[in-house]
Parts: sequence; C-alpha cells; structure tokens
Amino acid sequence: MSIPNNCADCPAHNTANLVKLGLNLENVDYVITMAGNPNTGKSTVFNNLTGLHQHTGNWPGKTVSRAEGGYIYDDKRYKVVDLPGTYSLLSTSTDEEVARDFILFGQPDVTVIVVDATRLERNLNLVLQILELTDRAVLCLNLMDEAKRNNLEIDIRALSKELGIPVIPASARRKQGMDELLQAIEAVASGKYKCKPPKIKSNSKKLNHAIETLAGKILETYPGLPNVNWVATRLLEGDNSIIEAVRSGEIGSLHEEDLTIQN
Amino acid sequence: MEDTVIKSIKGEEIISVANAARWDLGTDFHDSIIESIYEDASRIANKSVKQIGEKQAYSFDLKIDKIVTSRWLGFPLMFLVLAIVFWLTVAGANYPSGLLSSLLIDKIHPLLKNLAASINMPWWLSGVLIDGAYLSMAWVIAVMLPPMAIFFPIFTLLEDLGYLPRVAFNMDSLFRKAGAHGKQALTMSMGFGCNAAGVVAARVIDSPRERLIAIITNNFSLCNGRWPTQILIATIFIGGLVSPGLAGIVSAGSVVGIALLGIFFSLVVSWGLSRSVLKGEASSFSLELPPYRPPRILQTLYTSLIDRTIIVLTRAVVFAVPAGVVIWLVANIHIGDLSLAEHFIQWSNPFALVFGLNGVILLAYIIAIPANEIVIPTVLMLTVLSTNLSGVGAGSGVMFELDSVADTANVLHAGGWTLLTGINLMLFSLLHNPCSTTIITIYKETKSAKWTLVSTFLPIALGLIVTFFTTQIWFLFH
Repeated sequence: MSIPNNCADCPAHNTANLVKLGLNLENVDYVITMAGNPNTGKSTVFNNLTGLHQHTGNWPGKTVSRAEGGYIYDDKRYKVVDLPGTYSLLSTSTDEEVARDFILFGQPDVTVIVVDATRLERNLNLVLQILELTDRAVLCLNLMDEAKRNNLEIDIRALSKELGIPVIPASARRKQGMDELLQAIEAVASGKYKCKPPKIKSNSKKLNHAIETLAGKILETYPGLPNVNWVATRLLEGDNSIIEAVRSGEIGSLHEEDLTIQN
Repeated sequence: MEDTVIKSIKGEEIISVANAARWDLGTDFHDSIIESIYEDASRIANKSVKQIGEKQAYSFDLKIDKIVTSRWLGFPLMFLVLAIVFWLTVAGANYPSGLLSSLLIDKIHPLLKNLAASINMPWWLSGVLIDGAYLSMAWVIAVMLPPMAIFFPIFTLLEDLGYLPRVAFNMDSLFRKAGAHGKQALTMSMGFGCNAAGVVAARVIDSPRERLIAIITNNFSLCNGRWPTQILIATIFIGGLVSPGLAGIVSAGSVVGIALLGIFFSLVVSWGLSRSVLKGEASSFSLELPPYRPPRILQTLYTSLIDRTIIVLTRAVVFAVPAGVVIWLVANIHIGDLSLAEHFIQWSNPFALVFGLNGVILLAYIIAIPANEIVIPTVLMLTVLSTNLSGVGAGSGVMFELDSVADTANVLHAGGWTLLTGINLMLFSLLHNPCSTTIITIYKETKSAKWTLVSTFLPIALGLIVTFFTTQIWFLFH
C-alpha cells in the first residue's frame, strides 16, 4: 500500500522531479545556457541545477571557458552551458565572443540570464543586448537577499512585462528560487510561455532606415533568419566575425537549424 | 556546391551594401545604438526598482575597502593576510603530516616489504614497486595533503569573501607600470596554490600579449609543491643561525621573503618582456569590487577539497609514482663501481659548485621535474647515497623521511652543505623550470612551442644567474 503524496502533483514542489545529471549529457531534449554579467552567481545557479561543483568565487571573471552539465526535470533532459560573464556583447574580447557566438550559433532553447538584483540598471544593458539575439530567455534575478539587505524593492511583474520574459527572483547561494527557475525554463523551452522581448530601436531615423534596408537584403538570401536586425546592425558596425559568418554562409545555419527543430 | 557559391556571392553583396551604408551613416551611430540601450535599461530599472529608506550595507563595505585598498595600509595588510595564511598552513600541517608519514612510511612500508618477502618477490621488483613507487607516493601524500587541505579552503574562503579583487586593485598600478595587465595579480595569487591553475587562470586576460606575460611569469609564484622545501631548508639553515626562541619567526620570515622576491621577479620580468619581445601598452580594464559576502564555510570546505585538493593531489601522486621508480633505478643501476646517480653527481659537481649548489641538487631537480614536492626526499636519498653515510635511511634508492628536522640537518651537513647551499637551494627552488604539468598546461594554453620553451628556460637562466652572484658575493666575504 502506498501513501498518497499530494506534493508530487503540485507544480511548486517539483524539486522531487529534479535529477541532477552532472556530466551525463546524452540524448538531451533541451539545451539551455547561462549568461550574465561577471560575478552575479551564474556558476552558483549552474551548480544548483546540475549538481556539479564548478568552482565559484567572489571575483569577476573566474569562469574562463564554457562549462557544461545536465539535469532531468519533469522527464525532460536538459543540457546546461555556463558562459563566461560579460558586461556587453558589443565590444569584442574573447569571453564576450564566446558568450555571443554560443547564443547566436549554438541556438540554445532557453538562455537563462542571471543578473545582480542590486545592480539592475547596469545588468539590464546586457539583458537587452541578449534579447536582441534570442527571444527565448528567462531572467534569473539573483542576489535578492542582498537586495533586501540594501532595502531595494523590485517590482517583478513590471520588470517581466517590460522585458517580455519570465523573471524569477532568486538567492542562488541559499538555493532559493531554484524550483521556480526550473519551471520557468521548462515553460519557455516547451513553448508554453511565449516570450515577447522588445527590440531596441535607435532614435536615429537614418540608422533605422539603413538597418531595415540591409535586413531586407539579408532576408532575400536567408529568408526567415531570426535576429536579422541584429545581424544587420553588426554588419553596419563592421563586426569582423559576423562579416566572416556572412561571407562563409555560416550565418545561414542559424536559420536551417531553426527549421530542423520545427520539423 | 553550387548553392554555396551562390550564397558566397550573395554574402559579398550583403557586405558591400553594409559597407556603403556605413559610409553614409558616419561614425557616431555606434554611440547612438549604445545610447538607446542605456536609455532603455535606465527606463526599465527606474520603473521596477524602488529604494526604501537608506542604503546601508554598502557604506560598511566602503569603510572596509577604504582600509584594505588604502595607499598606506593596503600592502602591509596584504602581506599580513598572506603571512597568516601561510603560518596557519605550516603550523596546522605539521601534526597531520607526521601522523600520515608514520602511518604510510613507518607502518605500512615495512608491512609491504614483509609481504613481498613472504611471497618471494625478487628484490629488484620489490625495490622498484615498494621502495620506489610506493614510498614516493606515500611521501607526496604525507607532505602535500595536510597543507593543501588547509591552504586551499582558506584561500577559497578569502575568494568567497571578496578579498581577491582588492588584492588585484592594490597590485594593479605596480603591474601596469611593469607593462602588464592588472589582472595578473589574480593569476599570480592562483599560482601560489598551483602554477598550472595560475596559467589557466590567465584566460581572464584578453590581450594576448599581456596573457603571455602572465603565463611566463606565473612560475615566480611559489607553488604548493615548493613551500615544504622552502620551510624545511629555512628551518635548518636560517633558523639555525639564531637562538631557538627566534628560530620559528626568522625562518618563517625568510620564507615570506622568498615569496616576496618571487613577486619582485614577476614584476621585473614582466617589465623586461613588455619592453622587449612583448612590446606594448598596458590595456585598461574595469575591475568591479564586489560586495563582501559572508562566506559559506561548509560549502567552501567541500568544493575546495573536491575541486582543488583531490585533483592536485591525484596529479602529484600520478607523477610521483614513476619518479619514485626512476630514483630507485638510478640509485641501483651500476656502471662500474658507481650507480648512475653517483656518476651524474660526481660529473656535475664542479659545475654546480660555481652556483653554490651541488650535483645532488641538480639531479634532484631533474628527477623532480614531474612534481616539485619530491625534491627534498630525493635530495636526502641522493646525499646519503653519495656520501656513504651509514645508519640513516633504509638502503640505496629508498626515499625516506627522517624523523626529525635535526636528522635531516645532520645528513645535509654531512653531505657538505653550508648556509650558502641552503640559501641557494631556496633561491633555486623559486627560480627554476615549472613542473611538467605546468609546462604541458602552458603549451595547451599558448599553443606555441616557442613560448613554452621560454617559460621553461627563462626561470632556470635567472636562477643560475642569481645563485652565481650570491655565491660570488659569499666568497668575497668568506
């Protein structure tokens, strides 16, 4: 005779459904990636999800290359890629390129953007840039305990509405908010939650026109290319790695991969 | 195939459209894009974040920062923290090290020997396996495990607390004056634990030039494997100069002195490289001083044990085992009357004496390329062997640990060691080639045989120059 367990059916108590997979990354259903500014606790969130012990420390820049791990949640297998922390995706240093290329060419199913709740404004600069690259993202508003300590109050719903993605308050060091984060990742990955991030529009009409023209030109060759405006902007700026990707046709693989997922 | 060609023609078209438009737009549109991002970010943040009452926590952080990064107190505090960490490591490691060595070396080793004898194992086989491989492994565990189990968690706690960025902040101006990157202070600190880890950590530096400098100079951070050598030799030769009451402080001070000398060389070599083969300006970077966070003690203990201690120890054991075999073999394979080891020692002695060292030390450093940890046991074993001391040790080619510092001192004095040999060994231990793991790591990180060779031989050259001059100056006065 088995004792009925009401918790098992309750979505809020789904940690029981979490199986940390460590480095076992075979046959994954979804690929998710962790991005964010340096020293916001990405690696701590990563460790909480995967059960790995990626070294964490209170100094910026200690994740120097990608770390990978995995977990099972609700019978789906996830692969998690932890990216080095960056302040922006605009100027090109090695770690920014690693982060950008993975979000752009790795086409993760969900990008979890970990931000420091106590320094939201500066962190949002990166968030907005990431949302230019991908629609499917979850904002993990980390270090909420420190925000409370600093008497900061954050309107989660307003933030989520502005960004068009789920916003999950968390204190990863105390393992708080992880259940909700897992649920949000699942909702975005499975398409239950439709993200509608805003796109950055410049005040300059001339620039907007140039972007539109160039985007049109790109779409002629690569119809249905996601984030075409972003690619156009980077081309206008003379970004060498994007120019190379256009030259070699690698840029088109974004689109083809997208199709294979839909098929 | 045709498709690719078309795509590539189209690609060129797209690029030329972009190029034309760029001329049209002028130069300031990049700024206008960034501006619009900042505007949006600030608008969203203003809408969703509210400050209730006063900001509190950071004013406390600021107060601490004013002290730990102050012009006058910053450096002394840093050295004090460093000294306390080392003191805790040295003092705390002594007792467990003794326990481990009495268990592994005094108890288990004879057991294994008896076992080998009881199954009639040939003498050379039990020699290679038990006196060579097993003993070197036992030594490395006994000597390395306790200090690492203390040093790494303390270091990780400092990291978790947020002290490391402050160290980088303090050191930044020095490194910049040397033409290197301020973050080199971070990689240097990592090097105090393990040079291979420090070399990998240099990835935080973007500019290839500055990253190379950080990689080449990382070896000047005394690593974990070299601390025991420094401490033992300092205790025997420098602590022995003063009264017993002062011996502890004086020898600890001389070890910190060697560590500081390492930092000095790190700066000087960085300066030399950035003025010659790796010419260039120091790039600026923004370093965020994160808020102090209360360290999570249990988790830190766990991760630093699993992450660092076990991994570094495994590596050391993996390298120590074959090295133990080699030591046993060179001590037991005879050509004519002398073993290979004795041949080398006699042949290299005249050369080594010019540098105030001896053939034993040179051979020990060759054998110990895989792991610096085994330098001292190798030196002792070879000294006993080459001076034919009787009554100590356990037979030729057997690595052993003497029960007390006094015994070790007796062996070394009998081997003709003087204060000069001691000082020069400490200097040479600071300035010699990186261990083989670090060399391999440097190659993996730089993908360049040339820079790997430079990183390997530059410290040896420096070491020989420095020991040569100390020796000459010594003889001027003696």
